[in-house]
Amino acid sequence: MKLPQFEYASPQSLDEAIALLSANDGAKVLSGGQSLLPVMAFRLSHPSMLVDLQRIEGLDRITISDDGVRLGARVRWCDIEANRDLQDAHPLIPAMISHVAHFQVRHRGTVGGSLGHADPSAEMPGLAVVCDCDIVVRGSAGERTIAATDFFKGSLETALAHDEIIIEIRFPPWQPKRRWGFQEFARRRGDFAIAGVAVYFDLNADGRMIDAHVGAIGVADAPQRLPTVEACLNGHRMSDDVIARAREAARTAISEPLQDIHAAADYRVALLATLTERVLQNAMRGNPA
Amino acid sequence: MTKVCFELNGESVTVDVEPRMTLGDCIRHGLKKTGTHIGCEHGVCGACTVIVDGDAVRSCLMLAVQANGRKIITVEGLSNDQELTPLQQAFREHHALQCGFCTPGFITTAHNLLSKEPYADEERIREVLSGNVCRCTGYIAIIEAVMAARPAYQNGARETTR
Amino acid sequence: MNENGSFVGRPIQRVEDLRLLRGKGQYVDDIEREGQLHAAVLRSSVAHGIIREIDVSAARELHGVHAVITAAHFGDVVPRIPVRLFPNEAMKPFHQPVMASDKVRFVGEPIAMVIADTPAIAEDALELIEVDIDQLPAVSQLAEGESAAELFEGCADNRAFDYRVRRGDAAAVFATADYTRRERLYVHRHTGITMETRGVVSEWDPVAGKMTCWGAAKVPFANRKILATLMGLPEDSVEMIEGDAGGSFGVRGEFFPEDFLVPFAAKMLGRPVKWIEDRREHLLAVSHARDITADLAIACSKDGRILAMQAEIYVDTGAYFRTSTTITPRNVGQFLPGPYRVPHYSADVAVMVSNKSPSGTYRGPGRFEADFFRERIFDLAAKDLGIDRVEFRRRNLLSEAELPHKIPAIQPDPVVTELDSGAYEHVLDLCLDRIGWNEKQALQSKLIDGRYHGLAVACFVEGGAAGPRENARMVLEDDGSVSVYVGSSAVGQGVQTILMQIAADALELPMERLRLFHGSTTYVKEGWGSYHSRSTVMGGNAILMAASELIGQIKSAAAGMLQCRPDQLSYKSGVVTSEQGGSVDLAGLSGSGIAYEATFSNTKHTYTYGSHAVHLTVDPGTGRIEILDYVAFEDAGRIINPLTLHGQAIGSIVQGLGGTLLEQFVYDADGQMLSGSLADYLVPLATDFPKIRSESLELRPSPNHPLGAKGAGEGGTIPVGGLIANAVAAALAKHNVEPLSLPLSPDQVWRLIENAPKNDAHA
Repeated sequence: MKLPQFEYASPQSLDEAIALLSANDGAKVLSGGQSLLPVMAFRLSHPSMLVDLQRIEGLDRITISDDGVRLGARVRWCDIEANRDLQDAHPLIPAMISHVAHFQVRHRGTVGGSLGHADPSAEMPGLAVVCDCDIVVRGSAGERTIAATDFFKGSLETALAHDEIIIEIRFPPWQPKRRWGFQEFARRRGDFAIAGVAVYFDLNADGRMIDAHVGAIGVADAPQRLPTVEACLNGHRMSDDVIARAREAARTAISEPLQDIHAAADYRVALLATLTERVLQNAMRGNPA
Repeated sequence: MTKVCFELNGESVTVDVEPRMTLGDCIRHGLKKTGTHIGCEHGVCGACTVIVDGDAVRSCLMLAVQANGRKIITVEGLSNDQELTPLQQAFREHHALQCGFCTPGFITTAHNLLSKEPYADEERIREVLSGNVCRCTGYIAIIEAVMAARPAYQNGARETTR
Repeated sequence: MNENGSFVGRPIQRVEDLRLLRGKGQYVDDIEREGQLHAAVLRSSVAHGIIREIDVSAARELHGVHAVITAAHFGDVVPRIPVRLFPNEAMKPFHQPVMASDKVRFVGEPIAMVIADTPAIAEDALELIEVDIDQLPAVSQLAEGESAAELFEGCADNRAFDYRVRRGDAAAVFATADYTRRERLYVHRHTGITMETRGVVSEWDPVAGKMTCWGAAKVPFANRKILATLMGLPEDSVEMIEGDAGGSFGVRGEFFPEDFLVPFAAKMLGRPVKWIEDRREHLLAVSHARDITADLAIACSKDGRILAMQAEIYVDTGAYFRTSTTITPRNVGQFLPGPYRVPHYSADVAVMVSNKSPSGTYRGPGRFEADFFRERIFDLAAKDLGIDRVEFRRRNLLSEAELPHKIPAIQPDPVVTELDSGAYEHVLDLCLDRIGWNEKQALQSKLIDGRYHGLAVACFVEGGAAGPRENARMVLEDDGSVSVYVGSSAVGQGVQTILMQIAADALELPMERLRLFHGSTTYVKEGWGSYHSRSTVMGGNAILMAASELIGQIKSAAAGMLQCRPDQLSYKSGVVTSEQGGSVDLAGLSGSGIAYEATFSNTKHTYTYGSHAVHLTVDPGTGRIEILDYVAFEDAGRIINPLTLHGQAIGSIVQGLGGTLLEQFVYDADGQMLSGSLADYLVPLATDFPKIRSESLELRPSPNHPLGAKGAGEGGTIPVGGLIANAVAAALAKHNVEPLSLPLSPDQVWRLIENAPKNDAHA
């Protein structure tokens, strides 16, 4: 499974990288390589050029402020794991990212790489969608911001133009007393999720849920918010009845569930319902996961 | 072809590579250090694990050209001819290897883990080593060996200086 | 008595480790021959079809390509690989050609081979080869009644070969029995998946007329014979060199197409050629295994005594018969009764061909499947009869007094064999006690914290020590050390250390005074290798014989030096002393040419046996099974090295669990193999099965040979499937779930609960 031939470029600036992408139709961005190189090893992709971002500075910062959290595109999973402040500032991020792959991959794999690869089962795209993130990209036409919900078009498909590079992802500020949870089901540790559900909501003065966000990975060709599930939560106090209704809403939320050799569509949908129920039960008890 | 220069097990090396050559293949065939093994070439099995600038990585998912200017350690760099290191000795005592093919990958990964986290508990060790596949041992002996090797990495012991 | 301390029976740390831990192993991809070229194999992406044309012109022209070999290179008759074990004339049509010529019969079948300057260029060239294949309908599962496409002319229903086993008159018993039950059970396709993929390096010496191949493992001598025959060379012109092998489990080391193609290319081009299998190929091209359906029936008396069992078994062996293909169908038919008393037994085993990768032996071949079928139907029968599952087993386990117990012969090509010795029920008791069976019965089928609990127990036998022979050669070196050469192969099981322990004790020397060389055809005149858990018994006994002879020669040479008769001498720990007081050590005998090659012959198999028990939970919401406790006991007769035996036990149990819960080759209706990477074919990781306790015993040595050891190393795998399925049934009793097939993946378990007959009475 030797890699097919390609030209290799290691530009020192973003502008140089963008120019290379513009000038070469078959060029692809190389970030951590943990998703792209296996695809190339199977010769499912034959890019004529790889534009390596490794020498470009300034893309690997984790910024925490009152405006929220920003993760640079070159931030690695191990950087997220190591950042103590992120635990408090936005606990859903490390909670979901802790499920990504394994030790060695976590030393190389990046935020931008995962977003650009857009695997429907991946945690980072799921995080982006459930948290209403903005993804900042730059190309020859300049810099723009794409809402996460518009970013993921389908399995392995994004809204990026050929010469656009992801710079960073921006998370809205995380509320202090927020209830949240994440549960995923994978065959083995570190495997892609067959299904995963992330939830967060705030409580108003009445103890009723507001601003509920429910997102699912692994069940459709892109990460999804589940508005019908959110509707079961918003305005209500958490209870077994509410959870039962939310569970039923989750069960019917996906019109075309994914299927593969590990999980047929009906099982996947049942799993989604079960995980929704469990993550809400935990959130009710005050446990995040 | 591109010339790549990096430090391999403490020695400066220079080698000519095609961009498409992986770091793993470069180490094995370009530099003749065959202790690192190739098990899958798609980043799942961990047999090819080497340490790059202090981080364990899958050498099949890194290009040789990306190694330029870096410090790389393989299983040979974690060995000497006179005696087994504490980690190797623990593997031997606990019979943590059978065919030996996955072993260099476990040695580099475990060394990197214990260098960073010398007080890692059993659950953490198991979690980290879940990124390395073994078909012979069933893993229990490997976990026991890594746990037994921890004291050699604690209290600023010699092992952590690599 | 070894004054240096007895080595046999002690947990000696392995000598192999000193190299392997330092990354100094010599695996086949570590071999570099000067001027070597690299091969890549083009494999069919179509499961069944007629080859119209193969256009290699563009590939041939790629810079760096030296040759592209197709079947046209072999003349009128494409060489075919023979069946090595229990061959039969009727199997000839199903021998695999070394390369497809007119027809392809499985995805992965070799169609062409490129030889190039580098592996990458060779792979580039593969993409330039154009193949025109007229597709035919693919046969990818057992056809029910109606005719599927025909893989081989004249084999209309793809039923290639039949075996039968008969004892007594099962049909008559079924007609009058108090109780009978019949079920269709299935074990899915999975296999060994070694960490090191296969590889061959071949070099042809035109002056000496000699072919040397590196990368041999498991059965180098047999492969030498096959290669010599296929290439028309004298056998002693072919050498197979065994280095380190990264696992075998039965699947690697047999003769595959590449074992011919690479030497052929080396001879054709006059340069060494290296081929290393990549992982994607490995999943398609290594021997597949399992994939057996059984229509099984049991007849019992009211009080749960087995009266008869009757089985119609269909082994889906894939597109061709491999060298070791016959073992699985023979074992599944012959060993279905296991350690139990089955007075009347009939099994008909049909070997079916299909458009899937050809199968061969894999750890516990046919036995894993047989034990799943048997242990499952036992629990079903026990439940129907209202008898406790353990009690059912007690009533039917063979007692010690009944051993040795002849196993019914299989036809054709029968081998007479018998269960040699054992205390089956005693070991069952040890196992039940260790897991806390009685105390834990209260948990059966209980829902606690959202998980159902279930326990089960299973008993098994493992066959070992296949003959016919094995060789060991000992040479006294000038420095007083002894070199030991054995035909046994090292595939990771610690055979080097184990055989050195045996040799050290036999020669009364410390292990440091010995050097052991294994596997290569250059070492002994004839060898057999490592399969059927035979190396300790066969290699070990050959060493005992060689040592005994060597000591005799030592005494004769010493007699000459000390000027006395050999019977006036005694040998102890490397020193020969005469009654008169003179003595000479081994170094003092240098130059005497002391050497001996012994052959140990064996026709009697050994049977390691034991019991496993498990406590698991099932999460009904996700279908996930979690093993809370797994206890294994096995009696290996005599244990040479407890450290390595224990390692084999744990490793084989984990493989069994992988084969029951995770691993699966999935084929679609077109014969496309969908489990194409290690992200699809899932092997156990360190986090999957942490709670396994295994103990090996030395209760009943084998009476069949001097060492007393029983072959072991496969036993751990054998009972796992049936055991887990029974525990899942126990856990999900309230849902009326009765698993009849593997794997028990989360999707399958969830589906079993969804589809089970609903019972209003249960919550």
